Amino acid sequence: MNLGKFPYCKKCNAWRVFAVLAIVLLALPFVTDALLGRGWVRIADFALLYIMLALGLNIVVGYAGLLDLGYVAFFAVGAYNYALLSSPQFGLHWPVWVVLPLGGLLAGFFGVLLGAPTLRLRGDYLAIVTLGFGEIIRIFLNNLNAPVNVTNGPQGISMIDPVQSGGISLGSTQQVFGITLPSVHLYYYLFLCFTLLVIFVSLRLENSRIGRAWMAIREDEVAAEAMGINTRNIKLLAFSMGATFGGLSGGLFAGFQGFISPESFSLTESVMILCMVVLGGMGNIGGVILGGVLLVLLPEALRNGAGPVQQWLFGKTLVDPESLRMLLFGLALVVVMLVRPAGLWPSTQRRRELSDDDDDVVKQELESVYGSSK
Amino acid sequence: MDIFLQQILNGLVQGSVYALVALGYTMVYGILGLINFAHGEVVMVGAMVALTVSQLLLATGLPPLLVLLIALMVAAAACMVLGYGIERIAYRPLRNAPRLAPLITAIGVSIVLQNLAMIFWGREYHAFPQLLPNGLHTLGGAVINDVQLIIMLVALLMMTGLMLLVHRTRLGRAMRAVAENPSAAMLMGVDINRVISVTFMLGSALAAVAGIMVSANYGIVHYYMGSILGLKAFTAAVLGGIGNLRGAMLGGVLLGLIESLGAGYIGDLSGGFFGSNYQDVFAFFVLIAVLIFRPSGLLGERVAERA
Repeated sequence: MNLGKFPYCKKCNAWRVFAVLAIVLLALPFVTDALLGRGWVRIADFALLYIMLALGLNIVVGYAGLLDLGYVAFFAVGAYNYALLSSPQFGLHWPVWVVLPLGGLLAGFFGVLLGAPTLRLRGDYLAIVTLGFGEIIRIFLNNLNAPVNVTNGPQGISMIDPVQSGGISLGSTQQVFGITLPSVHLYYYLFLCFTLLVIFVSLRLENSRIGRAWMAIREDEVAAEAMGINTRNIKLLAFSMGATFGGLSGGLFAGFQGFISPESFSLTESVMILCMVVLGGMGNIGGVILGGVLLVLLPEALRNGAGPVQQWLFGKTLVDPESLRMLLFGLALVVVMLVRPAGLWPSTQRRRELSDDDDDVVKQELESVYGSSK
Repeated sequence: MDIFLQQILNGLVQGSVYALVALGYTMVYGILGLINFAHGEVVMVGAMVALTVSQLLLATGLPPLLVLLIALMVAAAACMVLGYGIERIAYRPLRNAPRLAPLITAIGVSIVLQNLAMIFWGREYHAFPQLLPNGLHTLGGAVINDVQLIIMLVALLMMTGLMLLVHRTRLGRAMRAVAENPSAAMLMGVDINRVISVTFMLGSALAAVAGIMVSANYGIVHYYMGSILGLKAFTAAVLGGIGNLRGAMLGGVLLGLIESLGAGYIGDLSGGFFGSNYQDVFAFFVLIAVLIFRPSGLLGERVAERA
């Protein structure tokens, strides 16, 4: 089978690129563990989780152009679904193969529930409604411990079952082919599989009939409708598809953490995921992945760097490192957007659409059709 | 009956604060089509500056009312500089950028302001000094204190002043022209950049006043107070129809009333199932319901169709 050329590097052989990538990704937890310590493997796990979330939101914001400020609500639905169905809370311990898909479906259903009445709204009105929806879900989770205790309120749910199947639990160290794999490594590979699945689905969606319909709606809704696109259904599909990814990652999060509380699903989280999508480059899968990795790694790197650097510069800790780290993070958001308003790695299609130079556009089109070599 | 009246009064007080902050959101939105997410933090900075100034001045033994006035002036001036700076640094360079880019810089600015405040003023709750007399008045069975009366009065005054400014002065006409069509306004000789800067400064001054009102009412200042207040005020602006000044006022007062009535009666309405901790849910449900039937808010005329 010939995969052809790798899309981002016309001269490279696709198989070779993929082989190198696969080795790097497979070796990553061991290398990180040896060089930086176990904590950073955990951070890598979270980076993968956030990449899944960002790719889910990318469908809504990047492809369909609908600004969603309450995306974390779907994450919460998936997480609580997992937590309630496999923890001592109700004494239920359903198998993970039922709970995870159920979480995705449930989140997708909530997406439709939110989308159906509100998708007539445009732009910023939609933004505030989704924001309100996110807050509503969070407040319910926070308060559904009385009169009937469902969510255990602000204390959250603990002792959630780890992801396990057929007697093998990812919550404890396992031996595979004579290699000892601690729990964080196991979750890394699990999340990697799911992330690859989400990337694959996103890639296929992007070039499908549905994906092109989403982009048509993003660029001009009226024109899209005139071309015969059922804008309401297609927008609903974007909402529920994004929500499903969110619900799926929510379930994985609950299994990984073993503990969840409403605090993990605040507006700040929605905003953070949106930042990943926009900062990386809306609508471009590579950009969104880059944004996700950066925004998970940057605060962690600053957390470990802010204190010692101050010690080294001034001889003592002048400013609370926690504040300093978020301060620098905020500054980074501003500076990156000022320098690259379309994101770090914008989608080529959008760049082509926004380009003023017609000759350039024609050249790019020809290149994309016939390849750059003469 | 007196509980009902009490909730109405509380709602009006809360609503006038929301209205003042909502005006800042709606003015910027009307002119730039941009959600100024950092506006809530401007409110917080206003309250913090007023706190520091009044603490310093009270130590010198000046009369409290004078202290309040000076604190108000300093806070308003500081917020105007801040608003001008935010627009200059974070929004102006991105005026022709993709629509979501300034949203992210706004979020960045708001994170920066919040953490700067945390560094300067610390994480703890500060007690706001009592600068106004706090006599209690009974009004048909409901109780209201002087601070609350003054809040409503000042809010009314500020809003009237703003309406006069926007509808009766040259500057106001320029603002309305830029909101209607920036390029046409520019061709008519309006200095767009100046108008936008002034809009940001006006909104920030209102925010400073609102910040002092909240702190005086609750007696507490905190570095985190801006975000939730900003969120509520933004909701209020959308409820009334964002970009519309009267809408922001109406939305603010309505949201205040909905919240306090919701908190007071939601328990009875749901047979004791929902407590007053669901008051925010109630407010957002009303918002969603209103937007379903009037997609551009209560007083909004046209739906912004910016890509």
